[in-house]
Amino acid sequence: MTLTSPAPRATHSTPTDTLLDFRDVEMTFPDGTIALQGVDLVVKRGEFVTVVGPSGCGKSTLLRIASGLEHASHGTAELGTDRIGYVFQDATLLPWRTVTDNVELLAELHGEKKKARAEKAAEAIELVGLKGFEKHLPRALSGGMKMRASLARSLTLDPELFLFDEPFGALDEITRERLNDELIRLFNAKNFAGLFITHSVSEAVYMSTKVVVMSGRPGKIVETFDVPFPQPRDPEIRFTPEYAALVGEVSHALRKGHGHS
Amino acid sequence: MTTISNETAVGDDVDTLQSHPTPGLPVTATVAKPKGKNRITKWLPPLIVFLAIVVVWYLISLFVLNPALRFLLPLPQDIIMKGFIDPLSFNALIVALWQTVIVSMLGLAIAIVIGVAWAVAMSQAKWIERSLFPYAVILQCIPILALVPLIGFWFGYEFQSRVLVCVMIALFPMVNNTLFGLQSVDKGHKELFKLQDASRTTTLLKLSFPAALPAIFAGMRISAGLAVVGAIVGDQFFRRGTPGLGILISNYSSRLQGEQLFATIITAALFGVVIFWLFGLLGRRAVGKWYDFN
Ligand SMILES: Nc1ncnc2c1ncn2[C@@H]1O[C@H](COP(=O)(O)OP(=O)(O)OP(=O)(O)O)[C@@H](O)[C@H]1O
Ligand SMILES: [Mg+2]
Repeated sequence: MTLTSPAPRATHSTPTDTLLDFRDVEMTFPDGTIALQGVDLVVKRGEFVTVVGPSGCGKSTLLRIASGLEHASHGTAELGTDRIGYVFQDATLLPWRTVTDNVELLAELHGEKKKARAEKAAEAIELVGLKGFEKHLPRALSGGMKMRASLARSLTLDPELFLFDEPFGALDEITRERLNDELIRLFNAKNFAGLFITHSVSEAVYMSTKVVVMSGRPGKIVETFDVPFPQPRDPEIRFTPEYAALVGEVSHALRKGHGHS
Repeated sequence: MTTISNETAVGDDVDTLQSHPTPGLPVTATVAKPKGKNRITKWLPPLIVFLAIVVVWYLISLFVLNPALRFLLPLPQDIIMKGFIDPLSFNALIVALWQTVIVSMLGLAIAIVIGVAWAVAMSQAKWIERSLFPYAVILQCIPILALVPLIGFWFGYEFQSRVLVCVMIALFPMVNNTLFGLQSVDKGHKELFKLQDASRTTTLLKLSFPAALPAIFAGMRISAGLAVVGAIVGDQFFRRGTPGLGILISNYSSRLQGEQLFATIITAALFGVVIFWLFGLLGRRAVGKWYDFN
């Protein structure tokens, strides 16, 4: 385990605030591709929602709409906060900036003073375990370290809603599992809401408080599962029959949704 | 306080770094050869070619050419003695070289400033690009020699006209490379800035411009070489004022001073090589840390 002190159970046990509210969202691209259809989705404070669905069903589009990069062609997408973190599939670090300067970038774009953003960056770098690599350029980092830097960069915004688009998808399984664990720890410590996209059903069930299953294009929500296991997750739950049963149900829904498309 | 301990997390990742080398890193880093051997294999082949050229040179000069026609290809030692070391030739050469350096570098500097500004303007809106890019292409396509009489008419036959020729020859690679650099900014990076509502100016200064630097420096190196060509060409048409290398070349050739002519041509060539090397060095200094500039 990579935790120095046990995570305190954070104060988000009563999910009340709605941070993301999708109502009947539809996305039709100018070329006629229908990426999303009739999507209703709510993410509340204290929730960590994962979205699983076949490739090309519109998962990235969902996050792009949530972040405001794209506008829904129908329906409404409301945000309960303007502090949004967005971790892309690629680390998108600026190759000419050191780790520190990359992590400082967002605060810099918001016009924060050098001292304030340096403090934030140092804290975020420590939090993601990149201490000692502050002066490194991205090309000198491994894929996992780049994603850590990218995560640290978003953390400086102190986001209330965190969007993750398959952030560790390109990494090997062991690194991915470890980063997932650390992400969950951050979630418990930092009290943000998460909307996390993944291909992996077991990852989804292990990490989240809610799993949303989407169908093939046009992406619709076919089923939603609440995950009853307590946070922070004990890695051992992965070997319990309840966990296996839930993974089975989600996989089944996913396969059914895929078949319909 | 919840902190992820550094040692375990990062230590493991360093392993990952070694087993999956980052694609951007040169592979040679892992299979480094001894440096001395490397240097020999690098310099030996061109050195052999050089020696071969000198030998052929001597053969032609001594055995093929009629001694009366030896000015067509003087012996290397004569070039050195009469063309470089002779005080009269030496002085003329240095003065002309200095003039050419000033003309070409001033022309280059102007071309860089105009070229970058032109490209930045075009990168700001598609309609600006559509209105301005054709003229960059036209500038590239007009045979400069066809414009020379006009330039002489308008700007006289001295320094400023020579500089102008340099600018016109060196401008297009700057415009084209800078525009290419500004336009090939990574889409993810652009969205990162967009998500923070970064202004146009901020995005230009903190994203597009730094991202375009490798392309800009590559353009600079091409333009620098062209500016040297421009200075020599300009010299041959605008002959008033202090002579540059180009004027010296035509003077020596009309007086059949083969040794001095060769010395001047070699100087011009070396100047071109030095400029190319210098701007390569500048590029590597500026962006080599994060970009494989070669
Ligand atoms: N700008 C666009 N114009 C037209 N079609 C688009 C555009 N962006 C995405 N699409 C289409 O919308 C669909 C959904 O794309 P999206 O990237 O959201 O899929 P995804 O679920 O994230 O897939 P993956 O799991 O492979 O990342 C795809 O069929 C894609 O081709
Ligand atoms: Mg996607």
